[in-house]
Amino acid sequence: MSDVSLSQVTAAPPLPALRLWRRVRPVLLSLIVPLLLLFGWHWAVAAGMTRLIPSPAEVAEYMVDFAVGGIWDDAFSATLHIHLLASASRVYGGFILAALVAVPLGILIGRVPLVRQLMDPFLQLMRPIPVTAWLPLSMILFGLGTQSAFFLVFLGAFYPILLNTILGVKNVEPRLFEAAAMLGCRGNAQFFKVVLPASLPSIFTGLRLGLGLAWFVIVVGEMTGVPQGLGAVIMDGRTLSRTELVICGMIVIGIAGFLSDRAVVMLMNRLLRWSPMHRG
Amino acid sequence: MAEIPILDIQGVGKTYILNDSRIEALRDANLTVRKGEFICLIGASGCGKSTLLRIVAGFEKPSAGQALMWGKPIDGPAPDRGMVFQDYGLFPWLTVRENIGFGPASRGRPKAEVRDTVERFIALIGLARFADAYPHQLSGGMKQRVAIARVLANDAEVVLMDEPFGALDAMTRERLQDELLELWQRTGLTVLFVTHSIEEAIFLSDRVVVMEPGPGRIASAHQVELPRPRDVASPEFNEVRRELGARLHSHHAKKAA
Repeated sequence: MSDVSLSQVTAAPPLPALRLWRRVRPVLLSLIVPLLLLFGWHWAVAAGMTRLIPSPAEVAEYMVDFAVGGIWDDAFSATLHIHLLASASRVYGGFILAALVAVPLGILIGRVPLVRQLMDPFLQLMRPIPVTAWLPLSMILFGLGTQSAFFLVFLGAFYPILLNTILGVKNVEPRLFEAAAMLGCRGNAQFFKVVLPASLPSIFTGLRLGLGLAWFVIVVGEMTGVPQGLGAVIMDGRTLSRTELVICGMIVIGIAGFLSDRAVVMLMNRLLRWSPMHRG
Repeated sequence: MAEIPILDIQGVGKTYILNDSRIEALRDANLTVRKGEFICLIGASGCGKSTLLRIVAGFEKPSAGQALMWGKPIDGPAPDRGMVFQDYGLFPWLTVRENIGFGPASRGRPKAEVRDTVERFIALIGLARFADAYPHQLSGGMKQRVAIARVLANDAEVVLMDEPFGALDAMTRERLQDELLELWQRTGLTVLFVTHSIEEAIFLSDRVVVMEPGPGRIASAHQVELPRPRDVASPEFNEVRRELGARLHSHHAKKAA
């Protein structure tokens, strides 16, 4: 009984310099394309190819003003945190609400044939309707403002969570039900001991996609006439022809969405460390 | 009064309906198993050996006849009949320790008792160093040891093994065969073991049950009289292997004719 699987064999620790290089290399590689694009942007503006787009340096300067103020001191100076907080609360509020509805509903659709027959055709019919198409109706139903934004973010995050939950619940390996049954875990007890853990990777994939889409639709959600939020900033920037403001809003949404995705991935890797697909 | 056998399979048949056509997987199988016996079911694909095993496990209901355990009809899967699958069937989200403790915990055993049982079986299969590893971190041989321990920790009286070593390399397979025999001799388990290999069947079992396909049925049963431990390289072993091989092939020849 001394066989050791290959995955357990650890090689001798590499040299510190080599280890550092292994950590730094992926970061350097991932920076190449953005830096090239940034340079291309700078060069295009400097060469006078467009007068409507500010240079990266101007955007950077405005970003500092947007964040801490002290340069232009206009209506948007030092307001980044207010808009970011407003958007984040809508993104996470809408997302959490979507998760609270979509996960249990997905489990029911996946497990109970009656619920599936009742809900699945309806949901499949509603799914192709884009969030943008819901905008006018949402404004009528929920009025101008936060509730409407909330609803649109909810819609954006809802379907990926629902579909992946259904997928996960339906695709539990039948062998595992047999294993549980012969070990004395039968009937409803299997739900918490088998169905839920087995479908967790898929549910998490849905949550990750859902949160990504929640950030994705925040601009549409904030077209509904809310005074604050990154989407509102972008809409204001458009009406005021302040392109640097628009670009700043885009960058902040990108970074915030990226960081929130990283957080979910870290949580996933921790909770799903049993799964060979979720390591790193 | 005759002794009640641990397993009594009486005229068991199984017919599946698939796309409006009937497929007879097993016809009129009769088999009596005494407590402590090691029985191998052998035969070509489609001979119904897995179906028979799954009926004893309670995963399938027979369409004809009945399967009894201690004289009572088998009604669904239960801990007294533990199954060891070829693909292990371990819960990937549980560690080795938790997989082995799954059965006792599900049956509501006290925590301290579960812990003791688990530690005993981890020591028994020699995986103390891997007690907190997840299945995907283990080799095939280790996974199958966990699958066996999981069934034994749950007080199974009958262990049903569906080609359990089929996916393992030859060396690991031989070692696990030895370990299984040692466990069996020490615990007085009753084992029903499905295999493709004549050698494996003779090496392990008290009785080899030969099955044949089209429709699946039991063709013959052979007592293996070789003393244990058995030596696969001995002339006696080869004699039995030749004899059984001839029987198996004659069944197939008859079918082909």
